[in-house]
Amino acid sequence: MTTQSQLISLPSRLPRLLNRLSKRLLNVTAPLLGIGVFLLLWSAAAANIETSLGSFPGPQAVFQQFGQLWQEHSDEQVREQAFYERQEERNAARLAEDPNYEVRIRDFNGRPTFISQIGTSLITVLSGFLLASAIAIPLGILIGLNQFVYMAANPIIQVLKPVSPLAWLPLVTIVVSAVYVSDDPMFEKSFVTSVITVTLCSLWPTLLNTAVGVASIESDFNNISRVLKLKSLTHVRKIVLPASVPMIFTGLRLSIGIAWMVLIAAEMLAQNPGLGKFVWDEFQNGSSESLSRILAAVLVIGLVGFLLDRAMLWLQKAASWDKSQVLR
Amino acid sequence: MEHTLLELSQVGIEFPTENGPFCAVQDINLKVKKGEFISLIGHSGCGKSTVLNMVAGLNRATRGGVVMHGKEVTEPGPERAVVFQNHSLLPWLTAYQNIELAVKTVFKSTMSKGEMKEWIHHNLNLVHMTHAADKRPSEISGGMKQRVGIARALAMKPEILLMDEPFGALDALTRAHLQDSVMEIQEQLNNTIIMITHDVDEAVLLSDRIVMMTNGPAATIGEILTVDLPRPRNRIAMAESTDYYQLRSQVLSFLYEKHSKIEPLKKERHKSNRPEAVVSEAS
Repeated sequence: MTTQSQLISLPSRLPRLLNRLSKRLLNVTAPLLGIGVFLLLWSAAAANIETSLGSFPGPQAVFQQFGQLWQEHSDEQVREQAFYERQEERNAARLAEDPNYEVRIRDFNGRPTFISQIGTSLITVLSGFLLASAIAIPLGILIGLNQFVYMAANPIIQVLKPVSPLAWLPLVTIVVSAVYVSDDPMFEKSFVTSVITVTLCSLWPTLLNTAVGVASIESDFNNISRVLKLKSLTHVRKIVLPASVPMIFTGLRLSIGIAWMVLIAAEMLAQNPGLGKFVWDEFQNGSSESLSRILAAVLVIGLVGFLLDRAMLWLQKAASWDKSQVLR
Repeated sequence: MEHTLLELSQVGIEFPTENGPFCAVQDINLKVKKGEFISLIGHSGCGKSTVLNMVAGLNRATRGGVVMHGKEVTEPGPERAVVFQNHSLLPWLTAYQNIELAVKTVFKSTMSKGEMKEWIHHNLNLVHMTHAADKRPSEISGGMKQRVGIARALAMKPEILLMDEPFGALDALTRAHLQDSVMEIQEQLNNTIIMITHDVDEAVLLSDRIVMMTNGPAATIGEILTVDLPRPRNRIAMAESTDYYQLRSQVLSFLYEKHSKIEPLKKERHKSNRPEAVVSEAS
């Protein structure tokens, strides 16, 4: 019986199975094909572009460059380790000679490598983004709750929103130099400048989306809050904030995209260590390797931007109660 | 027994519009006794919801006043709990949490945590929703959402329960089921209820008095019909009761003979859209 039914069912299931398999295959092959075509076009075009720094690097040159950048990074790490070992030995020797010797530990002062620059950029962008969110979400709620505040704030928001980071940067640099004065600064000035520039440029989408989300809360929800006589802070915490979570996240996702774009430009000009500075240094350096190193940076910048967006999307999906909202 | 809980005297409301004030309802006089079930019935747009919102305190009467326990109603409060037409459960909270928000707010100084928990479950049980306590509104049906909405309102221990077309968005079977539930609960708890409805059968089946409203603008109470059918009422027994049909036809005759509202099936075409009108205007 079973063998017979299997015999019957297998051919009938086969087309569906093949269909599903081909769909799965398509999901993999289509992107691969796209990447393949892009690489071909790139190498064809690269071979035909002669620059002052030699021919434009193709995919292979950039791929090799990645290997080299990684090598430089591990070499630097080895040197760092050796530096600290030497220091420790030296200090131990001095202590043996003179027990009253005050041990001083010096920091390793190596060059920032490509990999460490990625780390710096990530820390900077996240700091700027968090600062922007910490300002934009409460302010957006305030603006969304009160029509008068909205009307008062709107013209300023609309004018400041489109300002380029390159216009903010000189102002921020000078103001930070003047205001951020400390004998033992917790952060580098260049870091503070970059963070503030990122904040100034990336807070607008979160601000506006939060305000719209708060202003468009269903009137029934507000009525419930009135019947329950919720205090204003409880009203914000229990009704307003959760109700506008989907819109807030839409804003946050736009903001982090802008933050990352702005950061690279800011780092270039502020000379804050990071991917932007890496690109700028290579541009100034102008060696035969520079172009492929810049291209490697371009690819990493794109990839990190993509990953940041995916991370926000994942967060949005986890935090949003509105499962009918289409997210992609 | 004859204790008046709520009194509306000469209540009216005007809304400011571009063409001057618009009088939605006027001269509403009504005394509601404790434990009474009152239905407000009338054609759509006659201001039933406006009256209910004034009792709730969500709208403020511009003339006359709503008085409860000798005090004028000026703002909403949990002693006048509202069941909204579209359930309006908070979609990010489960059924339990929706009720919990109400209970925690209203009884924060009078109930212990354990008592609150017990009280929430008691109310869920009252509307037969214990099994869906941890479901979110998007995961349960329309009728179930409305049940939780009723449970939330009941959990505030309101002195008067205001229901704005609570079953309007439900299919006939679910509606009948919920009507039975409400009758059962009212019998148990002896709540005072004001309910808005479009449905003549629902009004007769559930109410002690039916308040029939004239058409707006400037709508007011046309007639008040006392429904003295014995309780508990059973919808199947009612279907054979001549008293029931008597009352039913009185409501029907009010709505469709004395105060019929004939809405044109097709709206009159906009004159400016007609080509000849455009031509005549242009010439």
